[in-house]
Amino acid sequence: MARIPVLPTGTEPGPEFRGPVGEDRVPHTPRAITWKRRRRAVTQFWSIYRTNGMGMVGLYVLVIFGAIALLAPVISSSRGLDPTLANGPILAGPSLKYPLGTDDLGRSVLTMTIWGSRISLMVGLMATVLTMIIGASIGMIAGYRGRWVDAVLMRITDWFLVIPWLALAIVLASILGQSLFIIVVVIAVTSWPSTARVVRAQVLSVKQRPYVERARALGASDWHLVTRHVLPNVFPVIFANTILVVAIAILSETTLSFLGLGDPLHVSWGTILEFAYDAGATSLGAWWWLVAPGVCIVLVVLAFTMCGYAFDEILNPRIRER
Amino acid sequence: MSLLSVRDLFVNYHTQGGPVPAVRGVDVEIGKGEVLGLAGESGCGKSTIAGALLRLLPTGTEVTGSILLNGEDVLGMKPGRLRAVRWTETSIVFQGAMHALNPVQRVGEQIEEAILIHQQAGEREARVRVGSLLEHVGLPERRIRDYPHELSGGQKQRVMIAMALACNPSLIIADEPTTALDVMVQAQVLKLLKELQREFGLAMLFITHDLSVLIEVCDRLAIMYAGRIVEEGPAQSVFYESAHPYTRALAAAFPAIGEGRFRRAPSGLPGDPPYPQDLPDGCTFHPRCPVAFEACPHIDPRLFDVTPAWRAACLLVDSAKSELEGARTRGSGR
Amino acid sequence: MKTRTYLLQKIGQVVLTMFFILLFNFLLFRVMPGNPAVLLARAAGARLTKADQLQLIRDLGLDKPLIGQFFTYIGDTLRGNLGKSTIVYPGQSVMSIFSEFLRPTLILVGISTILSTIFGVLMGIHAGWRRGSRFDLSSMGFSLVLYAMPEWWLGILLLIFFAVTLGLFPTGGLVSVTQTYTGFGHFVDLLNHLFLPCLTLTLAYLGEYYLLMRSSLLDVLGEEYITLARAKGLREKLVLWRHAVRNALLPTVTLVALNFGYVLAGAITVETVYSYPGLGKLTFDALSAKDFPLLQGMFLFFSLAVIIANLIADLLYAYLDPRVREA
Repeated sequence: MARIPVLPTGTEPGPEFRGPVGEDRVPHTPRAITWKRRRRAVTQFWSIYRTNGMGMVGLYVLVIFGAIALLAPVISSSRGLDPTLANGPILAGPSLKYPLGTDDLGRSVLTMTIWGSRISLMVGLMATVLTMIIGASIGMIAGYRGRWVDAVLMRITDWFLVIPWLALAIVLASILGQSLFIIVVVIAVTSWPSTARVVRAQVLSVKQRPYVERARALGASDWHLVTRHVLPNVFPVIFANTILVVAIAILSETTLSFLGLGDPLHVSWGTILEFAYDAGATSLGAWWWLVAPGVCIVLVVLAFTMCGYAFDEILNPRIRER
Repeated sequence: MSLLSVRDLFVNYHTQGGPVPAVRGVDVEIGKGEVLGLAGESGCGKSTIAGALLRLLPTGTEVTGSILLNGEDVLGMKPGRLRAVRWTETSIVFQGAMHALNPVQRVGEQIEEAILIHQQAGEREARVRVGSLLEHVGLPERRIRDYPHELSGGQKQRVMIAMALACNPSLIIADEPTTALDVMVQAQVLKLLKELQREFGLAMLFITHDLSVLIEVCDRLAIMYAGRIVEEGPAQSVFYESAHPYTRALAAAFPAIGEGRFRRAPSGLPGDPPYPQDLPDGCTFHPRCPVAFEACPHIDPRLFDVTPAWRAACLLVDSAKSELEGARTRGSGR
Repeated sequence: MKTRTYLLQKIGQVVLTMFFILLFNFLLFRVMPGNPAVLLARAAGARLTKADQLQLIRDLGLDKPLIGQFFTYIGDTLRGNLGKSTIVYPGQSVMSIFSEFLRPTLILVGISTILSTIFGVLMGIHAGWRRGSRFDLSSMGFSLVLYAMPEWWLGILLLIFFAVTLGLFPTGGLVSVTQTYTGFGHFVDLLNHLFLPCLTLTLAYLGEYYLLMRSSLLDVLGEEYITLARAKGLREKLVLWRHAVRNALLPTVTLVALNFGYVLAGAITVETVYSYPGLGKLTFDALSAKDFPLLQGMFLFFSLAVIIANLIADLLYAYLDPRVREA
């Protein structure tokens, strides 16, 4: 059992902290001290995270996919998506020229998969941002204000939780139409409730801690309490939750696209699978068209999930024993 | 013949950082109807001993030595025999106030289970037995149908005691039975334990970190430090005339009300108990000892006799003098 | 009695939730951009003159005040009148369409939920009891991968492999189209068609139950009452099942209910993949055709199903965990 080193706070700086003659690099203001502490917390967190095998594997996979998405214009040409320009063999299996085979119009599945990553990841991230904004805000307000505000907000949240997400998504999308923006909104509307619950639970727990009570006794305003005490302590939970929400958002986008609710103008992994299925790829045995985008989805979702689990483990040491 | 006879007990836990020695050579002897108190700070190994006696420690834990229960070797028992012996010859009273009771089962059923498992009675008879057990510990019989969350801390502790008595064991191991309770409730539970012990002629191993509690109930006291027994003898002698400086410090930390010498404020001991993987050389207590002298960091004292029935592991004990002389001559003769 | 108040509370909540769902359903299609009559008519493929539109509005009661319409809507719904389908089965009442397609979905979802719960729980218990074993680690990996897959994609994979490539199972439908069977043969034919969709849905949700059961059991095994059970002389099997599992099962019950919405979502997509004629495929058809009455009815029905599943789970949980019954 190692002894946990106690980090010195506010101790007298030694000579190594002094910069060039006359300059003093030691932080003075409370703000500077706080930021130094936060930077230190982040570097500490990173050194722990680095030891987590699952988390690192997930991170590498995400970096690879992120790179593919960002570098798409560099590594392949977008003309490969244009059905009128396609000149490859129809429904051909994987070959040297077309490593992932071709679709029913002669387009390279590899090209489509690369470009599809952009939309899938982008929609996933945007939907997540919106989900977190709505969910975290409602969770924080409900948790912090308490009483009837909490009761009303929680009733609304529970109501949304009860409704099966796909049923709601289908109904909304069929009325509102089909575009990337609407997909993002629809996913956010169906995902925010569980985030709200998680955030609210954490806020409730932080609210009761002694240092919050102490700050309030010292006359701190609500704004001060929320921004200086509650938010920083709720933030890690929000961050861990965000990672898991991205995974769900990406899965949701693919399902909605598969059902035909996606944006017909943009290629995403979900729409590739939709085209493939509608074109009868299953009965025609064109497995490459169906497997490639699906495997990408699985890898990305797995990666996000593993990172999320790693985060959870670090934040909640009890889980580590499992 | 004594009921419980433990010799050279060593217990090593297996952790990620390697084996951790929790018990380092302990001898314990309890006769029929005798009450032995085992005291020490957290982490000294006393609860480990309780677990070791019935082989309840986590799998992978290394237990060596000899544990004889009614003459039978516990460590060598086959699983079937071990299960039969558990609860019928020796039972344990845990810190009941915490999570020692199954939250989704009625307390009566939990006590009944012990009786039925060992086929000591049929269902109807068992229920009657449970009712009388509850009344014996001061709870109304209708509490049989209660769930643990419907009882107070003190009530739950009484249920634990009733459960421990269910199969008429000859030895009861009480592992911190009063620690989680309020002081008033503590007194009630102690009184109950004393009465039951007298009525049934039970032998008891009473484990706690609060010495003043032990004076009430115990015939003999054993004090543990860093996995070893450092003092052992008649309760009155050990508590009031402690031969080991650690015992003295422990006694001073839990004053008995009304005692003259405790009129001063309770005093603590500087420092912390040592990490088991990082024990000091020589006497393990010497870094914190107020009367350590130059021999202490070099010689690890065994238990020396103060009187034939009272021993302490300290070089300041009279009978240790010959050992010290021997060490000095050996040292200077090099 | 505590249990009765608990029961009444729960049922009261259900009624309230259903009310808001009806309200939501009602408002959604009334606040759609555009003239409701035009939208309905456009969906039906007809071109209406202004006069015809007004007539349609009057017919459908859309010119009455909103509150009045709402109460008519509630009244109709309670009587089972959910309107008529406009495109998929034009003219037929939504309710009668639902009753035709209910049974296949009930069978599919029912059987797969039971199977995934049982297998997930059993695997989770085994993995938790033997933590760190090969079984534990491999089943963890297996479950994580299953969790990351869209369930319909798993369905497609199974379809390609078992039905198309190996030809072991039919590629879709409820019964064979080439031959009609009777009696036992019919039963076998049904099973044949049910197998792959059911396998898909079972595998899709197995992982979650497994992961939860495993971690729940590990939590419980650290509690003192487990040590006490051993100390009392119980056999390991009894310690596991009577004390550990009994407590560890509680969160799983809640999860099955919470998950039910996802299971229904899965039913929609998987039935579509396998052209399995149930409510899920019906929903897909309604969606593609923009058959609003059918969609509204589907929304209502699925929400009600999840609410009822939650209610059952709440009651089951209260039965299993006495601590919950204190209001």
